[in-house]
Amino acid sequence: MPAVTETIETVQSVTEGGYKWGFTTDIETEFAPKGLNEDIIRFISRKKEEPEWLLEWRLKAFAIWQKMEEPRWAAVRYPPINYQDAYYYAAPKTKAKPKSLDEVDPELLRTYEKLGIPLREQAILAGVEGAGEVPAEGRAPVAVDAVFDSVSVATTFKERLEKEGIIFCSISEAVQKHPELVRQYLGSVVPQGDNFFAALNSAVFTDGSFVYIPKGVRCPMELSTYFRINAKSTGQFERTLIIADAGSYVSYLEGCTAPMRDEHQLHAAVVELIALEDATIKYSTVQNWYPGDAEGRGGIYNFVTKRGLCRGARSKISWTQVETGSAITWKYPSCILQGDESVGEFYSVAITNNRQQADTGTKMFHIGRNTRSTIVSKGISAGRGQNTYRGLVRISPKAHGARNFTQCDSLLIGNECGAHTVPYIENRCLTAKVEHEATTSRIAEDQLFYCRQRGLSEEEAVGLIVNGFCREVLKELPMEFAVEAQKLLAISLEGSVG
Amino acid sequence: MSIMLQIEGLRAAVEGREILRGIDLTVPKGEVHAIMGPNGSGKSTLAYVLAGREGYEVTAGRVTFEGQDLLAMEPEQRAAAGVFLAFQYPVELPGVGNANFLRTALNAQRRARGEPELDAMQFLKEARARMKLLGMPEEMLKRGVNVGFSGGEKKRNEVLQMALLSPRLAILDETDSGLDIDALKIVADGVNALRGPEFSALVITHYQRLLNHIVPDRVHVLVGGRIIRSGGPELALELEQRGYGQVAA
Repeated sequence: MPAVTETIETVQSVTEGGYKWGFTTDIETEFAPKGLNEDIIRFISRKKEEPEWLLEWRLKAFAIWQKMEEPRWAAVRYPPINYQDAYYYAAPKTKAKPKSLDEVDPELLRTYEKLGIPLREQAILAGVEGAGEVPAEGRAPVAVDAVFDSVSVATTFKERLEKEGIIFCSISEAVQKHPELVRQYLGSVVPQGDNFFAALNSAVFTDGSFVYIPKGVRCPMELSTYFRINAKSTGQFERTLIIADAGSYVSYLEGCTAPMRDEHQLHAAVVELIALEDATIKYSTVQNWYPGDAEGRGGIYNFVTKRGLCRGARSKISWTQVETGSAITWKYPSCILQGDESVGEFYSVAITNNRQQADTGTKMFHIGRNTRSTIVSKGISAGRGQNTYRGLVRISPKAHGARNFTQCDSLLIGNECGAHTVPYIENRCLTAKVEHEATTSRIAEDQLFYCRQRGLSEEEAVGLIVNGFCREVLKELPMEFAVEAQKLLAISLEGSVG
Repeated sequence: MSIMLQIEGLRAAVEGREILRGIDLTVPKGEVHAIMGPNGSGKSTLAYVLAGREGYEVTAGRVTFEGQDLLAMEPEQRAAAGVFLAFQYPVELPGVGNANFLRTALNAQRRARGEPELDAMQFLKEARARMKLLGMPEEMLKRGVNVGFSGGEKKRNEVLQMALLSPRLAILDETDSGLDIDALKIVADGVNALRGPEFSALVITHYQRLLNHIVPDRVHVLVGGRIIRSGGPELALELEQRGYGQVAA
């Protein structure tokens, strides 16, 4: 995300306080009535002009959801969520669906510019006529799908990607234009009834991104989606579906922010990845939802289901996540390693400061022979933050030669925070090898003093030490994202020392 | 003669125990002073008090650095003003690249002084030049700060940092301990390269050996938290021959 590196400076000057993305866009918004019932689902489906099968699919999910109980096994505490007291559909009012960026509400474009995602500039770079195809100096082009509350407002670089046969659009558009692909794969990795939040998402998902990379194509640029919750009392339920056909490669980035509000807002997303034979999907997230204030007022409840299926032999799915935001993070990006010799990776940094709670980790299901997985988790707790790594490595009897390596490191800042590691290992195969390492450490006084003696302020020192602690994960991020993530880590920990 | 560092009646305690018991010391600009003393005499405490380490409580006295009240400054402000401490036990920062650390530190100091920051290319050019002078392999820039370094490498890394940050006052806290003769020479060359009318150093050492390579202008003997004798370079030799007990007597 090219301009993201400038986000911090830009927005820093605009807002006060720790969270620099907390502004609200004043835009006329169309809401569905509050609450959740079949009528609301029909409303959403009608708004999106969906085919009958999808409405049926949603209603089935809703029926399942109604019979389910909210999971309580995670190490997070929050008051009961009133699912009837939220809007499930909020969209910026527009005359008609914009056909090009020129028709997109300038207020929306300004919002993304403020966030460091200049859709317009990138569109110019995309150069419909080809004149502007040369990327700005030192910056790789990134195609962006911008999701604002319940709808995708713009997707850039579409034409250039189409030349390669790549489909990159909002999932609503994919439902219209590529129904066969959506129908084939939607819910194939995360079925409607998978879990409480996935069922909820399946019933009410409003938008998200859709990616299809054809056989043998290496996607020429990073694809990214930028999620923004703006409207009050609104949940965001996005659905992302990425399919990498045989021998293809794609790197996909996801970023998210929300205004500062004193109420909690629900974000329940589902991401499904499918990698066919010899295909690679690299999925990176920098999650920076509003974390709430120092006393735990407000902030996003982030209940997300992300799962990838390595369906073909030698396929690979790699998750990298930097989780700095949200009041509560409940998220376990997982890999089903079905194809022989397929590879799953999970690299995670999760920060909890003030009253933030995170229960995050991964699941690696080894099914195929000689499948390999790597898990590197770095948890940082500061203030009164509570950080739990929860992971499952399951090796099925036929996964001969499977290997897993897990490393969980926790860093504590201050003496009111907590770090917890809950690894589950289920190995049913004698020829498999599973390794688990875990450490817990503190930022030592001598490290801080050493840095300060060299001229760093205490906060710069903490930022540097934390970034060092997270290095193995940050180096997995695409470079431009890594720079943003580093700054974000430092900002998230502001006020955590002294 | 203008003064770089002036210490007057300095007393300091650690965990309620008084370690420095009234130190008076004046280091003029351009001079290198050695502080020698037996174990437990307060040498490292003096270094930490000057650098502003937490837990080292000043109970009396004052310290003036180029006319500024040093004790009123935060550690990072002292660093930016030009006070550098070469640690006796350099600290490891896992995952933090040496080059990144050095550039962050250098730019933090430059920012504090209102000077323009160096970009990565300018910094590398500067760093490579200094390393060449110190005979250090460039690969040390790529490694984590002091992680997996041998004792000698850690000390050389301190000298590299000193060379890059070009302080006005360098305090070397037993930088010579545990060094072989080659490493000792590198440390000495690093200090000698900085010597000039605008640079002073406090070389804290247990042994006379280092002072063969960094010839001090003055030598002070610290025993029991007080400076009991001061003299020229020959005092170091006398200490070596007669021991602290004799000199103190």
